[in-house]
Amino acid sequence: MSEEMVLSIYRGDANGGQEEEYRVPLETGMVVLDALHYVQAEAAPDLAVRWNCKAAHCGSCSAEVNGRPRLLCKTRLDQYVGQVVHIRPMHAFPIIKDLVTDVSSNYRVAKQIPAFQPRTPAPFTMYQRDVDRVQEFHRCIECFLCQDTCHVLRNHGGTDQYFGPRMMAKVAEWEMHPMDVADRRQFLKDVAGLPMCNVTRCCVDVCPEHIVITDNAIIPLKERVADQYWDPIRALFRRFHRPAEGAVPGAGSDVSSRA
Amino acid sequence: MTTNKKSSSNVNVETIERHQYDVVIVGAGGAGLRAAIAAADGQAKVAVISKSLLGKAHTVMAEGGVAASLGNVDADDSWDTHFYDTMKSGHFINNYEVVELYTKEVADRVLELESWGAVFDRTPVGKIMQRPFGAHSFRRLAHIGDRTGKELIRTLQYQVIHHSVDVFQEVTTTRLLLDKEGRTAGVFGYYREDGRFVIFQAKSVVLATGGFGKAYKVTSNSWESTGDGAAMAFQAGAELMDMEMVQFHPTGMVWPPGVRGLLVTEGVRGEGGLLYNSQHERFMLRYDPVLHELSSRDVVARSIYKENLAGRGTPHGGAWLDISHLPAAVVKSKLPGMYEQFLSLADVDITKEAFEVAPTTHYAMGGIRVEAATGATNIPGLFAAGEVACGLHGANRLGGNSLGDILVFGRRAGMAARAYADDHDQGDLMSGQMEDEAQRVLAPFSRTQGERPYQLMAELQEIMTNYAGMVRSRDTLETGLEQLKTLQERSTRMVISGSRAYNPGWHTIFDVQSMLVLGEAVIRGALAREESRGAHWRTDFPEELPEMGAWNFVHTFQEGTVVVRADPVPAMPDRLARLFESNQSPGILRKQQRAARRGGDS
Repeated sequence: MSEEMVLSIYRGDANGGQEEEYRVPLETGMVVLDALHYVQAEAAPDLAVRWNCKAAHCGSCSAEVNGRPRLLCKTRLDQYVGQVVHIRPMHAFPIIKDLVTDVSSNYRVAKQIPAFQPRTPAPFTMYQRDVDRVQEFHRCIECFLCQDTCHVLRNHGGTDQYFGPRMMAKVAEWEMHPMDVADRRQFLKDVAGLPMCNVTRCCVDVCPEHIVITDNAIIPLKERVADQYWDPIRALFRRFHRPAEGAVPGAGSDVSSRA
Repeated sequence: MTTNKKSSSNVNVETIERHQYDVVIVGAGGAGLRAAIAAADGQAKVAVISKSLLGKAHTVMAEGGVAASLGNVDADDSWDTHFYDTMKSGHFINNYEVVELYTKEVADRVLELESWGAVFDRTPVGKIMQRPFGAHSFRRLAHIGDRTGKELIRTLQYQVIHHSVDVFQEVTTTRLLLDKEGRTAGVFGYYREDGRFVIFQAKSVVLATGGFGKAYKVTSNSWESTGDGAAMAFQAGAELMDMEMVQFHPTGMVWPPGVRGLLVTEGVRGEGGLLYNSQHERFMLRYDPVLHELSSRDVVARSIYKENLAGRGTPHGGAWLDISHLPAAVVKSKLPGMYEQFLSLADVDITKEAFEVAPTTHYAMGGIRVEAATGATNIPGLFAAGEVACGLHGANRLGGNSLGDILVFGRRAGMAARAYADDHDQGDLMSGQMEDEAQRVLAPFSRTQGERPYQLMAELQEIMTNYAGMVRSRDTLETGLEQLKTLQERSTRMVISGSRAYNPGWHTIFDVQSMLVLGEAVIRGALAREESRGAHWRTDFPEELPEMGAWNFVHTFQEGTVVVRADPVPAMPDRLARLFESNQSPGILRKQQRAARRGGDS
């Protein structure tokens, strides 16, 4: 097979740049990352691309191929035969160089999520049917493609107002853990910006691990927050039954205030 | 490794960014992160230096599980059975002290992860599920599908960011800094983002930099596994051991070419996958009549090789692995990563058909020689844990023992480094050392012509694969050594264009240099070990020889050359040696005795 592919790769940094064309011979089963490695070895040793495992486990090689957020290691090149393959860095994050972006904002907000707080130390008795739901979120490889595609972050520069879909999945992972006793509702409403999400499900479309972030993480979290803050019957109940400071619902309130 | 060509811009070390910590941990895989949590458990100021982004290290690729004798599904399991399995599969050149500590502590480390939010698959009664794996006496590997490494690193990563630990992401370290007495004083490195230098002063340093599987062409290792830490420590005076012991995992992907070497978890065989040759014969029944497909990795890898030699290989030189006899739903729930990996990268549906596998470079059993309880090296203030260290696995690592290794010895090294920092003052940095290093690191930019780093990387991988791979002999090893020495010489003239900002070609230079040093140790160790043992297979010495089993080969770096000596393998005390009197593991014996008693009663 001696088909030649044309890759149009973004070269540049914070000061600007443009796409440059490179030619790569197509091999059976080749992925876009293989093609970029070919370019590095043959034409542009300083072409910046972030990658680690090349097995879709680590989530390092996120970029945009022909306009779609993708893992470069999982994107087969043969699907683009007859087209120019445009490869650009993730749009929602500040560029460092070429295809590498500054994703540090994700780590900054992750720190603020109130951590898992078990009722008792392990070993836990938990049944598979009870953990199936949270194990879905454990599939996340932190590629941040969902953050890249989320229009709050991508088009409205909302990094400071909304933690983004990845972090909602992380909160859900702990919040729905059968043994967790922390209460993250106030944190979700006031700090993490959960109400900013208007459930367009774009994050679900790009998730390489097929996590149904919107339906299984974000909507249930929104329901928890709504139950707590906007349920009229509960509001009435709270008006007449005000618990003593810090008594109920237990550890929850002080964890939230720590965040 | 010196250059006589002065860079035009001499570096003023006073202007280099500096940080002061009590404990600096180099490496952010499982061992590094577990060490950080242990080191930060108190007042110590702790930093983790990561070559890539946090949570991306090679640990993330571990699939099958973590081996711990919890006994959740097989109540007869126990630490001494795990000890027996580990020593036996390591062909008795492991350090028994390391193995004893490991097998006694690893269950607690797994439960600790559960307390931190890791969610392992469950048994019907709600405990942590355990799966069978090669050469383990019982079902022992706690797992979450086939993504256990990801679960470990993610859990540890979120623990670390909720501790007071500073994480420096995408920093390459190039040199260990010593004070004038030869004590650890810090590390020198650069930010990959813009190439600017950074110096970390530290009272103690933990190396948790992983293995060097990238030295081989076909490998399951990610780009990071280039042995930086081991090479850095070795050149600073640390001892390496068992470097000839490189594990070739029997089942890597073979086709298409781009994924060659990618790991196919042993969990496939653990869940019931069967190996066939081109004549549809289950050849493992011949090579290991007892354990079959679940024999140890060295045996299965060699068997696949031998089948190919006999002309019974698959179209791309491997064997068929088949799990399609299981219900598709089971395959998808227990091996979701494998299902997805083959479907998207190879157009193969593993629930419907067999797929090709062949051995792939997987793990370095050898590494920095350390004390069992602390991970202390022979350099004061320098500790090592995880794949970069050596002693637990001997001549062959059991599946699931590396995820346990990083937890048990990451923690121990972190605690020991903190204790060391409590008792010692910061060593003085020597400015000459830093100036030399800055100039060495920048030299490739000042050359106008020279060797291309990617070319040298490819040649290095070719040499190691062809001459120091799964099959070795004096002839291949000597040829390999000769070629490697030439390559080492050429590697001092590597050149790079472009700027210091995120320049992968420049980064590759240091990866190549590290692996050239370690590659030499692998070859010299393999030459010294004139026998076949575990992963080390010499066609000119095909037998395992009792007299060779008494020795570990230890490497020191003297004036640019790797020097090998033989040190005696520590002898087990009677209480442990007794476990090996019968040819059965203690747990299996207990089980048999109980069955016999029951039989006698009835």
